[in-house]
Amino acid sequence: MAEVSLHKLNKKFDTTHVVKDVDLQIRDKEFMVFVGPSGCGKTTTLRMIAGLEAITTGEIRIDDRVVNEVPPMDRDIAMVFQNYALYPHMSVASNLAFGLKMRKFEKAEIEKRINNAAAILGIESLLQRKPRQLSGGQRQRVALGRAIVRDPKVFLFDEPLSNLDAKLRVQMRVELKKLHERLAVTSVYVTHDQVEAMTLGDRVVVMKDGLVQQVGEPLELYNTPANRFVAGFIGSPAMNFADVTLVENGGKPLAEAEGLRIGLPGELAARARAKAGQKATLGIRPEDIHIATAADAPEYCFEASVEVVEQLGSEILLDMRVGPALMVASVEPTLRVRAHDKLKLALKPERLHLFDAESEAAI
Amino acid sequence: MAVTALSAAESKRLSPRLRKLEDERWLAMALLAPTAILLGLFIAYPFFEGVLLSLSSARVGDPGHFVGLKNFHKIWDDSIFRTTVWNTFWYTGVTTVFKLALGLWLAILLNRHFKGKAIIRAFILLPFIIPTVLSTFAWKWMFDPTFSVINWSLFQLGLITTRINWLGDPDLAMTSIIIINIWRGVPFFAITLLAGLQTISPELHEAAAIDGARPWARFWHVTWPLLMPVTLVVVLFSVIQTFADFQLVYVMTGGGPANATHLFATYAYQLGIGTGLLSEGAAISLAMFPFLFVIVVVQLLYIRRVETR
Repeated sequence: MAEVSLHKLNKKFDTTHVVKDVDLQIRDKEFMVFVGPSGCGKTTTLRMIAGLEAITTGEIRIDDRVVNEVPPMDRDIAMVFQNYALYPHMSVASNLAFGLKMRKFEKAEIEKRINNAAAILGIESLLQRKPRQLSGGQRQRVALGRAIVRDPKVFLFDEPLSNLDAKLRVQMRVELKKLHERLAVTSVYVTHDQVEAMTLGDRVVVMKDGLVQQVGEPLELYNTPANRFVAGFIGSPAMNFADVTLVENGGKPLAEAEGLRIGLPGELAARARAKAGQKATLGIRPEDIHIATAADAPEYCFEASVEVVEQLGSEILLDMRVGPALMVASVEPTLRVRAHDKLKLALKPERLHLFDAESEAAI
Repeated sequence: MAVTALSAAESKRLSPRLRKLEDERWLAMALLAPTAILLGLFIAYPFFEGVLLSLSSARVGDPGHFVGLKNFHKIWDDSIFRTTVWNTFWYTGVTTVFKLALGLWLAILLNRHFKGKAIIRAFILLPFIIPTVLSTFAWKWMFDPTFSVINWSLFQLGLITTRINWLGDPDLAMTSIIIINIWRGVPFFAITLLAGLQTISPELHEAAAIDGARPWARFWHVTWPLLMPVTLVVVLFSVIQTFADFQLVYVMTGGGPANATHLFATYAYQLGIGTGLLSEGAAISLAMFPFLFVIVVVQLLYIRRVETR
């Protein structure tokens, strides 16, 4: 049982302000993922929760206790580090036991916990080895084991999968997910990989330049990004953006750019109408663009010239030029298309996004 | 194809002598030769000559003749020699313990982040950089019975009422040279151990802190074991140098008062060069060899164990 709450959290290193007014409630048993580009303050925030970094201003609570001045060891947290941070001179068993020994646990209890953690992670056969005799994936498991044996209130993960190769990373991602379901411990996970964030997180915090951009469930971020940054950061391949001008034509709001003239549907139209005449950014995800058919209303269609065709097997990515803008569309793998083809494409009107050109916030 | 054709063409142009070097055995010998010659000329030959000298009755102006182990027998019965052996072990032991403790302490302090870190680290090296003879002369003035700044300070502070004869009293003289050796040796320990400390990932300390280890436990369970290989190498170097130290004692006390501060090297010098008993001096020098040999072998074995652990 543990909730973590951050209140107006700030961190300054000398003159650089790396974490700005972060407010966040992490619920009991929740898997909360911090995601963002490097230097966005996500790791610093995690380290402040761990107690490894002093808090400049603000407050961190674990359950109802303010932990600002509590040293790491007394916060009842466990952390998995990016480089595993296994003690190189100790065997795997000693690595797992260290935290318990320091806390003066009974020998029998230590052994029980080690065996239990080793069984969960499938590392029973490695207990007598030294870290350097282990592969990257095995070290990762030991690092997880060291956190598990402690049975802490909160797990903290600092990019734990970033040193693994791509295949192992996918595998460990799934295991982490299962592990969290099994142990049901409040977890805070930092990553720069939006796929990890989307697949692991119960909720995801997107950060940029020390500011929280949006907090929400993965699909919430995907479907209704709060601003242009979140829209572009979440989803792969990334959302297409086009600089447009909002105009009204015979009472119908349109987004207009060179080579592009797109109607705006329903609610979006109402919000766009208030900004008529202003510049904006139109956003549409590659998977929401398809080859136009007779069923598509002409106001949602546009022409594009294909520049590159990327065959991925399960889909085809078309890198296209629409007027001056570059766009990517994900289309059916059965489509026969070649570079320099001119295509007529349509987009799903209900999947259109509009962002203010100045503030970049969603309209 | 192009590569093989090129190398074939190249080897055609090489002279027969150079082509011989393509054989790795010849190449190895050619590359090792300069070092082997230098070591042979300046280390092996003098050592061998020293052994011969110690088995002869040579003195200045008299080449002497072979006398077997007579010189060793003689120094064995020499009470000054026994004092010298004890002095050398005491001097080496005490200074090494202090140099390690102070050096480690300094290294840990220097391993923190603070302003002017680089310049302080450079200053720390000063005692090590200044030629020993120069710095020792400075110390000699500080320990001078009449002009001692140490005595003056202690007197002004009201801690003493009469002069302390630092270098005139046998026990104090030994303590004095030990202090100077520590002063001179600490930078080497500090800088080397600092380099060792910097190879230890800060993440390990953070992990240990989260694991519940307090600062002392973090030092004992993480820093100290991980620093051990570096520590052993530094101690090995220091023991060898201190055991065979000459300059410091020679300048400070010349082995006195009443032979109270003689080390192997200074006593060998006094007897061999000072009194002209070349063969006995050589025997004393060589007497260092078995002691050092044992120390070095034990330490090297231990280092190997620590490193493969």
